[in-house]
Amino acid sequence: MSWTRKHLLDIESLTPDEIVTVLDTARAFKAVGERAIKKVPALRGKTVVNLFVEPSTRTRISFELSEQRLSADIINFTAEASSLKKGETLKDTARNLEALNADFIVIRHNASGAPHFLSRVINASVINAGDGAHEHPTQALLDAFTIRERKGRIAGLKVTILGDILYSRVARSDIWALTKLGAQVTLCGPSTLVPRTFEKMGCRVTHNVDEAIADADIINLLRIQHERQRKTMFPSLNEYSSLFGLNEARLARTKPDALIMHPGPINRGVEIDSEIADCKRSLVLEQVTNGLAVRMAVLFLVNGGKGPQEIAP
Amino acid sequence: MSESNPVLNSAAIQRALTRIAHEIAERNETSADVALVGIQRGGVPIAQRLCTLLSGIWGHTVSCGTLDVSMHRDDLDQRVAPNVQPTLIPFDVNGKIVVVVDDVLFSGRTTRAAMDALNDFGRPKCIQLAVLVDRGHRELPIKADFVGKNLPTARDQNVHVNLSEFGGTDEVVLENIG
Repeated sequence: MSWTRKHLLDIESLTPDEIVTVLDTARAFKAVGERAIKKVPALRGKTVVNLFVEPSTRTRISFELSEQRLSADIINFTAEASSLKKGETLKDTARNLEALNADFIVIRHNASGAPHFLSRVINASVINAGDGAHEHPTQALLDAFTIRERKGRIAGLKVTILGDILYSRVARSDIWALTKLGAQVTLCGPSTLVPRTFEKMGCRVTHNVDEAIADADIINLLRIQHERQRKTMFPSLNEYSSLFGLNEARLARTKPDALIMHPGPINRGVEIDSEIADCKRSLVLEQVTNGLAVRMAVLFLVNGGKGPQEIAP
Repeated sequence: MSESNPVLNSAAIQRALTRIAHEIAERNETSADVALVGIQRGGVPIAQRLCTLLSGIWGHTVSCGTLDVSMHRDDLDQRVAPNVQPTLIPFDVNGKIVVVVDDVLFSGRTTRAAMDALNDFGRPKCIQLAVLVDRGHRELPIKADFVGKNLPTARDQNVHVNLSEFGGTDEVVLENIG
């Protein structure tokens, strides 16, 4: 069990063993966050650039704090306040950042494949913090970590992902991670947002929400992504809420130990009723806490060099 | 071809640990302040065994923790990222006499990392070091307080400490690589 990758670009190319390595490593980093001194010197002297071409608050803050807790130096770079606005290409921006001796680039970009492109043109380690509608690997890893921590396993669990699947990079990464670890994934939502083509990724597709959640161990709700929809995929938010939103009546028909997840930000009253978002079965805030541990683990692992893993005492 | 020579058998390991336990008891009169911490992974079962022996000598339970030093190593970018094991310190280290326990003392870099890692949990009254085997070749000014066996080695030899807790039988083996 070891990690030899220089980048974290997607979940699709990871082996189940590699995913488990991240989750095991994250467990140790979660313990660091529970200490009085929540900082370790693992990335001391390293420079991390957070290159957020697409706006993000929670993922950026989570990465920033993870980097600080590993003692790295940080440069934050957002599209609004940068030369990208002046027409500089992504490659030139990245080359310039590399000329500052950046060791890691954490990139959020609205174009799918941007992290893969970067990894080919620069020497720094690249970590994908979300690219278009393609993947959001650290979100999937923190979801898997949260599920494993609460349920003790992932293999054999029934996980239902409910909502806007078509435009969701979280859904794609979650599907890859959870199916690789042996979960049975069901996708549910309006037929316009959950096309049958997803069956090719090894999951079940249904448009009947009650059937989708009846025997689920985990219900993962996804936000309706207004910003990524080019045209209206369903008549109204109210209609979505009544047909697919998780409310008390629907929750009552699920397994009593089924847990609710949501990557945030929550649209209260759209995909989830306010009371359910705050109930004991909701893991929303645990996901945020675990996100730190998982991102620390990813940075720690990609920092590894090429030498042997076994070390002299 | 590599060739392995046994250095300590099960009975010799047992004798060495019993002697170390008595030396720890002799050095530290205020037994209530003493706690053990095993360095992952090889030091953990040795710390647990010493803990049992010391509890017998002193007639009260002795706290025992585990410490993973991966995050404090100085060679993290020169090697594949290590597998991080749990760190569990079930006592307040402030004011304690902490005996750090490892299986083999070599360059001393793990010990340095362990002292840094321990400091994140508080300020011990003092830190002592107990090792089953001291094989020499220090790269830092570090010296063990309690040693099971001083074993002269060449740099390119390997010392394997096999413990029943990891499966198999207790033994220390010196391996020549050639």
